[in-house]
Amino acid sequence: MLQIIFIIPVAQLLILAYAVTFEIKNVRFITIDHDRSTHSKKLINKFNGSAFFEYKGNAENYEEAEEMIISDKADQVLVIEPGFGKKLNTERTGSVQVITNAINGNAASLMSAYATSIIADYNREIIIEQNPVNFTGLPIDTKPSFWYNPELDYITYMVPGILVLLVTIIGMFLSGMNLVKEKEIGTIEQINVTPIKKYQFIAGKLIPFWVIANIDLAFGLVIAKLVFNIPIIGSLPLLFFVASIYLVVILSFGLLISTLTNTMQQSMFISWFFLVIFILMSGLFTPIESMPQWAQMIDTINPVAYFIKINRMIMLKGSGFMDFQREFWILIVYAIGMFIFSTMRYRKTA
Amino acid sequence: MNKNDHIIEVRDLVKRFGSFTANDHLNFTVSKGEIFGFLGANGAGKTTAIKILSGLSKPTSGVAIVAGFDVAKYPNKVKKNIGYMSQHFSLYDDMTVKENFRFYGGIFGLSRKSIREKTEYYLEKLKMQNFRNMLLKQIPLGWKQKLAFSVANIHEPAVVFLDEPTGGVDPITRRQFWELIYDSADKGTTVFVTTHYMDEAEYCERVSIMSEGRIEAIGSPGKLKEEFGVNTMDEVFVQIARTPLDPPIGGTDRGNSFKKQVN
Repeated sequence: MLQIIFIIPVAQLLILAYAVTFEIKNVRFITIDHDRSTHSKKLINKFNGSAFFEYKGNAENYEEAEEMIISDKADQVLVIEPGFGKKLNTERTGSVQVITNAINGNAASLMSAYATSIIADYNREIIIEQNPVNFTGLPIDTKPSFWYNPELDYITYMVPGILVLLVTIIGMFLSGMNLVKEKEIGTIEQINVTPIKKYQFIAGKLIPFWVIANIDLAFGLVIAKLVFNIPIIGSLPLLFFVASIYLVVILSFGLLISTLTNTMQQSMFISWFFLVIFILMSGLFTPIESMPQWAQMIDTINPVAYFIKINRMIMLKGSGFMDFQREFWILIVYAIGMFIFSTMRYRKTA
Repeated sequence: MNKNDHIIEVRDLVKRFGSFTANDHLNFTVSKGEIFGFLGANGAGKTTAIKILSGLSKPTSGVAIVAGFDVAKYPNKVKKNIGYMSQHFSLYDDMTVKENFRFYGGIFGLSRKSIREKTEYYLEKLKMQNFRNMLLKQIPLGWKQKLAFSVANIHEPAVVFLDEPTGGVDPITRRQFWELIYDSADKGTTVFVTTHYMDEAEYCERVSIMSEGRIEAIGSPGKLKEEFGVNTMDEVFVQIARTPLDPPIGGTDRGNSFKKQVN
């Protein structure tokens, strides 16, 4: 069991950090080149040369192109009109069409943005080519600067969140299954005829898992640093302090579920119900700010969301206590509330 | 306390679950140091009564006083003064023998030293010194039951409740188990035991026999045999404890109660 407790988080971290990404790479792209001029070849070469695009060949017509999209062999089609190169040379204007498979709206807008930027790049080259003397650049020059994650590395953003996930899953399941397991095998009956105080029993259940989850977190942080080279800018003691409070919330939550259920199956089912909602709404994958108002209201009781936010702030921005005071006090109230609630719900009667 | 003091006193104890009466006006007393057999067919209401006496469950009405405390009012004080061993095996399988002693000793607030002494005392008595670091799951059932009994006695309780402690145990181990019971009664602990083995009923100083929620007979085995004019406790039991499968006497209500009991 002990090995499982440590192998699972490592596996989660290694798999999720690489797999859970919204970056689009290797867009499979085809063309319908009605022009076949040097200009059209050049444009296609620009796509081909980009790291994001993987050129899958030329289709003769729309039907053939659509067939490739339907059979999932292509994501994007670049249509070049007949006479495109000639028009560019004579009329200094030409048009292309970009067709994107938009079943996944997020991915589609990214792919479309990539394509647009490549075409814009080509546009600029043409302007310079045609007018090398007068070109002094575009009127507004934008120089983006990406703070806290200069390489726009998705893993940097994801790993602090995934660390929260793994202590949450470990904590919730270990505590949720443990007490109900005693109900199933009958040892709880023996405990219930002893004079042990309810809070002592719940604390006795909570503390070992609290220690294990904290060690798991430390373990995860080491891997984050060694394998993913995630910056840990803020204070580690502060991180563990917040984690300790957060774990009381999660463990009490798990214990509460197991006081309310009679079998491991029920406990598992209810734990999953809450975990899935908490995790999907935690802001790990999608920003909470872009959720609808009602969903944000629900998120005010989502402990996972609070800790992911704090963890990202501490690890990536180096935020101090004052920066996430509000979230911290909410977690404190939550922790005390859940502990008392689970203690009250534990009945020493049969 | 002298021998005549009542360590358990039950007056008009009633426990109802909805319309079903599990314990119907029970009245009895048990003296200090006595071995009291609490008999009855399956579903007669024995376990319900034990749960009330050990503070696990509250009576619907009536009074039960155990070790000087009213179980309904002071369940935790009662729990401090009793030991309990249920028909479900109750020690932790994934802990060693020693750890189980330490765990339960700790719950009752015993000092480390006293836990160590008690552990040694019982292991020696059970001749299980070599088992001390073995996981409970590696130990045969009969031995486990003896350990469970010892653990239930670790804090020297005034009363120890044994709910079918010898179920599934071989005759030799059962005999050894009863030696442990006698030992502990000699030291002044009251033993309140349920069993389905009528030879064990003979070992008790007094027994009560329950049927359908009521105590139908109470007294020493000898007295009961005489009263019923039979030679064995077995015959006494069969005469009293009509099985609930017999045709209902008082109409459909009894049939319904039986269904509830089984469920």
